[in-house]
Amino acid sequence: MFLINCPYCGERDQQEFKAGGEAHIERPKQPTELSDDEWAEYLFMRKNIKGVQFERWNHAHGCRKWFNMVRDTSNDEIKAIYKMGEKPPSQ
Amino acid sequence: MTKNLRVKSSEYIDETNRISFKFNGKTYHGFKGDTLASALLANDVHLVGRSFKYHRPRGIMTSGSEEPNAIVQVNPGTNRTEPNVRATEVEIYEGLEASSQNCWPSVEFDIGGINNFLSPFFPAGFYYKTFMWPASFWEKYEFFIRHSAGLGKSPTTTDPDIYDHRTVHCDVLVVGAGISGIMAAKNAAKNNFKTLLVEEKNELGGSTIYENNEFNKIDNKAPSEWLKKEIEELKNIKNLEIKTRTSVAAYHQYNYLLARENLTDHLEAKDKTNKIRQRLLKIRAKKVILATGALERPLIFNNNDRPGIMLSSAIKKYSEFYGVACGSKNVFFTNNDSAYESAISLYNKGINVEAIIDIREQSESKIVKKVKEAGIKIYWSHSIVDTTGYKRLNSISIMKLSNDGASVTGSKISISCDCLGVAGGWTPAVHLYTQSGSKLKFDEEKKIFLPNQNTSEQISVGSCGGDFKIDEIIKNLNQKLKDTLNINETDLDSIKVEIDQENSKRNIWLLPSDKPLGKTKPFVDYQNDATAKDIKLALREGFRSIEHVKRYTTTGMGTDQGKLGNMHALGIIADTAGVKMGELGTTTFRPPYTPLTFGTIVGRNVGKFFDIFRKTPMNDWHVENKAEFENVGQWKRAWYYPINGETMHQAVQRESKAARESAGILDASTLGKIDIQGSDASEFLNRVYTNAWSKLAIGKCRYGLMLNEDGMVYDDGVTTRLGENHYIMTTTTGGAANVLGKLEDYLQTEWPELDVYLTSVTDHYATASLCGPNSKKILKKIIPDLDLSDENFPHMSFKESKIGNIQCRIMRISFTGEHSYEINVQASYGKDLWEKCMEAGQEFNITPYGTETMHLLRAEKGFIIVGQDTDGTMTPIDLQMDWIVSKKKYDFIGKRSLYRSDTMREDRKQLVGLLTEDPNEVLEEGAQIVSELNQSPIEMLGHVTSSYFSPNLNKSIALAVVRGGKDMMGKKLFVPMENKNINVTVANPVFYDKKNERLNA
Ligand SMILES: [Zn+2]
Repeated sequence: MFLINCPYCGERDQQEFKAGGEAHIERPKQPTELSDDEWAEYLFMRKNIKGVQFERWNHAHGCRKWFNMVRDTSNDEIKAIYKMGEKPPSQ
Repeated sequence: MTKNLRVKSSEYIDETNRISFKFNGKTYHGFKGDTLASALLANDVHLVGRSFKYHRPRGIMTSGSEEPNAIVQVNPGTNRTEPNVRATEVEIYEGLEASSQNCWPSVEFDIGGINNFLSPFFPAGFYYKTFMWPASFWEKYEFFIRHSAGLGKSPTTTDPDIYDHRTVHCDVLVVGAGISGIMAAKNAAKNNFKTLLVEEKNELGGSTIYENNEFNKIDNKAPSEWLKKEIEELKNIKNLEIKTRTSVAAYHQYNYLLARENLTDHLEAKDKTNKIRQRLLKIRAKKVILATGALERPLIFNNNDRPGIMLSSAIKKYSEFYGVACGSKNVFFTNNDSAYESAISLYNKGINVEAIIDIREQSESKIVKKVKEAGIKIYWSHSIVDTTGYKRLNSISIMKLSNDGASVTGSKISISCDCLGVAGGWTPAVHLYTQSGSKLKFDEEKKIFLPNQNTSEQISVGSCGGDFKIDEIIKNLNQKLKDTLNINETDLDSIKVEIDQENSKRNIWLLPSDKPLGKTKPFVDYQNDATAKDIKLALREGFRSIEHVKRYTTTGMGTDQGKLGNMHALGIIADTAGVKMGELGTTTFRPPYTPLTFGTIVGRNVGKFFDIFRKTPMNDWHVENKAEFENVGQWKRAWYYPINGETMHQAVQRESKAARESAGILDASTLGKIDIQGSDASEFLNRVYTNAWSKLAIGKCRYGLMLNEDGMVYDDGVTTRLGENHYIMTTTTGGAANVLGKLEDYLQTEWPELDVYLTSVTDHYATASLCGPNSKKILKKIIPDLDLSDENFPHMSFKESKIGNIQCRIMRISFTGEHSYEINVQASYGKDLWEKCMEAGQEFNITPYGTETMHLLRAEKGFIIVGQDTDGTMTPIDLQMDWIVSKKKYDFIGKRSLYRSDTMREDRKQLVGLLTEDPNEVLEEGAQIVSELNQSPIEMLGHVTSSYFSPNLNKSIALAVVRGGKDMMGKKLFVPMENKNINVTVANPVFYDKKNERLNA
């Protein structure tokens, strides 16, 4: 059970949060310009790596805000948390 | 007559408080302070159970939670019965009953014992290999296995006890109250850390509290005396909370631990009632200090499992702490000095010690000398090669060990004895440490796994950290405390320790016998009857991974998780495979450390508290009017209202007819409602719905379909424009929370530039839906001032009004195809609104209807229900709802996916209507649809999604999804059922009022 430092509320138990998959995948601004393959890349393809991963999280049972997390999936160490729209910390 | 082996009064046993209890139906006596195990041993009862596979008689082996054998059923046949309880952990009380498990018909005569003689036929993997085939025999095998094996009986009646959960936050959590834990907790608390000390036993002090080695001194006192004073001082320390009878079951990441606090298990039945039995503590600690101690290892030799063979440290505890002699002719078998302490403990109490068998060549410590002076015979470089005694040990045979320890030589000496203490060294209890994700390192010299890489703020102190001698313990504890708590001084700085303990130890994982291994039974896992030869067989059969060997041989897979034998299993594998133990790794220790009851896990979440449920403001009226309810998400919704003993079918037919013939009323309060405001609200709706919203006039309503980005229908509902920048969106009942979450996601992450604010107002409003040709007249009676003409208040429009003083929002929208109104009031007025409608509608026979009739009425109109007629694979085109997909809008959620080659296929499953050849035949929802009956296998075209008998059309109707169904209008298909094939025809899904004339009726 992680202890997650919501950038708006502070440290809270993991059960207040919802994981939202890989971060920094921007919805294409002009979807109609994309080929089926390009659209499928955005729609379906997500990384699932062992190691440092950038993820979206939502404080679903709290402030309802989305934010980003850098997590090492091999030991669940949370390396960084930052707000939506902010640049990811350099690795 | 049973013998009384109570040898000396102990300060921990209250001999003025005599307690009677029953074991296997026979009455025994013990004293307050006894465990079931110590009380049985005092009565000379060793045989307490049978082993799992061979049903060999087994006795009490330990004095703690690591006990593999003495597993009992407590209070059998009562509603408080509990299986798989360790007799070493049960505190006795007046009226306690316990019985052996895993024996049939009795522990003294066990039919399964024959397995012992058949054991050559029960090798590792026996169950996997044998019971695989023939499959038809499985029932017979199962009967046999269930009768003769099995671990206890579950209670069959409701648990009468209360369980509780509590969240605890602390600066420092100390697990284990031995000498290290006590000193750690004391110093943490004194330095203003909010400290919690938990101990699984009911007394503090661990093994030091009965430490009797006269050569060890702390500040010139016996360690036990010194520690008692320290414990006394704990009472006066602020910031320190102590919980005894509290066992940490799990240590998760981020210092999140679960502990079970036992509150009433030691009380008599009459004192248990109306109290919390067990409490699960959910602990979040800033720092964790593990002081979980070490477990003594047994030794692995032939027939090492007989009742009377125990851990040497357990014999010492029973003697020193409980004042009980475990036997009258005692022998010890050891590879280190600790058995000598146990021997002296017995000797000092006048209990006969016959001999000590030591596999070492010698030891020169003072305690060994003392044993020699006491005249106890020591056999150096000897090993036990066999034991005898079926239900109780009666002799051992020993032989001289060869220099390399791999074989035995010389002549056999037989020693008569009734109790054997084995001492194989100590294994740090690192179970919780590894659960936290931290990594161990194998110490090749000490032959133990030690904490190495911590993943959270934690330290392991005392013997669980690898320090076994009091001087090392104090010194290292002191330094670790200073480092982790960032303090300069502690109480430990000035402590003087004198000790005489020798570390010398000779480690042989599997001791040789004069017989070949195949003819011996050296047990490694007592509970699961895994022997050293099973492990070797697994290796011969090609198993290499320790995790695979474990599963194949079941080593370490019992309720004790192999706390005693796991190290030996690893050692034997390493020796046999010729690898280093450090390279082999270790199996995973999984939570819980000791078993938890289901009661503790679920806490208060039982019965009506199992899950929360939501009730509408009109709920009381539905209950008073005998509605049947159905669960929709967490909502309790009125399903139908049977009168005069109607069946569900009869009630629904009546309700459906009434709604179309005159007037019906539905509680629609559960629909999700999201208030949307902001200058970009219209643009936002354009992006989330498939249709266009910019031109919707204020005061108008529009139906919208929401897709996932993959183009599949996600939710639907009517949204009303309340003002220039203000909308109210309705969602499906079950989808409300997810829709809000999804919309928030897009707003916050993809379109942060939009000025839009979302608020869930589902619970703020109560909604009554009035429908039917007389709904207008009823509404007119309630709100006479409101102009209900089609010109002023047409279909798909909205009015704000008042019912008396109550503000209300009225939408003229319809899910039934009838002229209807949805009236929304503040939730607290919901029941009042409902009753006003019922009263005004009385002259029109207004009929309340539930969700079942709602479903039927909308099916007559071919309106979909998201989640019933769709399943996450249906596009709007598949639903034949092309009309709602805007061609003009550049983008909306899911638009691009509607042009993927897969979503544009013509042969996708499409929504159609189905009519049965026999109008009285109602299809089963979920039934499969085919076009050819003579194919094999028959190709499945789709399935029925909604099906009803329509009272208004007087025939059966159904909605279905059928591959290529759009172009199958009028085609005959089949619905094959178990006993018959039903002929159906593909039809327009709108069965009733195709021209929508009734909306304005
Ligand atoms: Zn938050």
